[in-house]
Amino acid sequence: MNHPENLLYAESHEWLSIDGNTGTVGITDHAQNALSDVVFVELPKIGKTVKQKDTAAAVESVKAASDIYSPISGEIIEVNTKLSSNPELVNSSPYTDGWIFKIKLSSPEEAGNLKNVKDYQALLGK
Amino acid sequence: MPETSDLRETPLAPAHKALGARMVEFGGWNMPVSYTSILDEHKAVREKAGLFDISHMGQLFVSGTGAEAWLNSLLTNDIRRLSVGHGQYTILLNDGGGTVDDLIVYRLEEQRYLLLVNASRIEDDYNWLDRKKNANVSLENLSADFGGIALQGPEAETILHKTFDEEKRPIKRNQLLFSPFKGIDVIITRTGYTGEDGFEFFCSTEVLTDLWNKLLEEGKNYGLVPAGLGARDTLRLEACYPLYGHELDSGITPLEAGLQGFLCFDKPEKFTGIEALRKQKQEGLTRKSVALEVVGVGAPPRAQYPLMKDGLKVGEVTSGGHSPTLKKGIALALVEISASQVGTKLEMIVREKPVTVQVIKKPFYRKL
Repeated sequence: MNHPENLLYAESHEWLSIDGNTGTVGITDHAQNALSDVVFVELPKIGKTVKQKDTAAAVESVKAASDIYSPISGEIIEVNTKLSSNPELVNSSPYTDGWIFKIKLSSPEEAGNLKNVKDYQALLGK
Repeated sequence: MPETSDLRETPLAPAHKALGARMVEFGGWNMPVSYTSILDEHKAVREKAGLFDISHMGQLFVSGTGAEAWLNSLLTNDIRRLSVGHGQYTILLNDGGGTVDDLIVYRLEEQRYLLLVNASRIEDDYNWLDRKKNANVSLENLSADFGGIALQGPEAETILHKTFDEEKRPIKRNQLLFSPFKGIDVIITRTGYTGEDGFEFFCSTEVLTDLWNKLLEEGKNYGLVPAGLGARDTLRLEACYPLYGHELDSGITPLEAGLQGFLCFDKPEKFTGIEALRKQKQEGLTRKSVALEVVGVGAPPRAQYPLMKDGLKVGEVTSGGHSPTLKKGIALALVEISASQVGTKLEMIVREKPVTVQVIKKPFYRKL
């Protein structure tokens, strides 16, 4: 399974990419594979503030609904509206076209609570 | 949920693992939920064919000089209408008119019957029947001796032709016959739980894997794929077939579930629960099982989501999900009569937010 080296990972299987003061969030290849067949993504409201580990979005597969937790605290500044009509992008390209939301970081130091790729893969037992 | 080690496995478990299936717990069994993707397996069954492991289902045999009269006093449909080698969908009720199980009964001989029951209900059904038994009937639970496979989809008949003798195939819906495979008699029925034409096979567990592999091999050129419980659930939901524990349970009557067509009020034997149903008919239903679809773009329904009308709770979803055929969220729901008219719009509460759903005519998908 593919887990890029330049990302940070939450134990709940979200990834975070940080560019200056902005973070981009999605779910990992492992998560999309475990869910399979994503048919609906509930996007957060722009302007909403979330704390690290708060529920921020939801991804629904044919079988079940799964909460998506924000890997870091901040304010939601952009959402991937393409997912409304093409939720399957979460399966087909979890790290690029399938990103879920962007967040303005309020506590960038929380990134230290996240895992690097090596630790994330260790968590998955690979 | 039981630990994985407590789960029962079907004789096909090694075959599922070899095919890379994802396994889940269902009714105490470790069963394949999908092999590749639920959407792909669903599509294969609608357009070509799918092969399901249904070994978890139960087989109860009833025989004896009193078998016909006795079963007819317990089951809601009329088995006198069955000739040898035919079956019918029917319902077993408790005294209050609630549902013990829904099942298919086949007449194997004049006074010998097969009851094909839900996996999660085998013990309860057996105990219920055993308590009601009289001296002229014998009841056997042979569920552990049988494995089962369902072959479903428009190509199912062609694949069956490749595998079994011409003369030894069921022609009509709900027909049953015995056909030899590797020297063992296999029960073949023309039925299913997908809304497509298809067949179910029940046989001794020793030849089950060989039959599974043979059907997969013969079906390869016709688009046959192994299909899991995930697709089985979306397929039956589109066809509006009830699932015990969801649309039916000990507190839900078949009138509420919309199964009037399987209730014979006028047969000579009064079936258990008939008085409660008559009373319910006379007084009028207060709630009913309906089909719902999500209006516009919205989260797919899931079992137990509350349904609101004018700010009041009027029911809840009993089964829901994404319909691969309609490409939208669909559900079966038990709602108050005031909210059951086709066209009624309701608010379904998903993660504390309302999603608009509408009552539509059953079923979502009909081919048969």
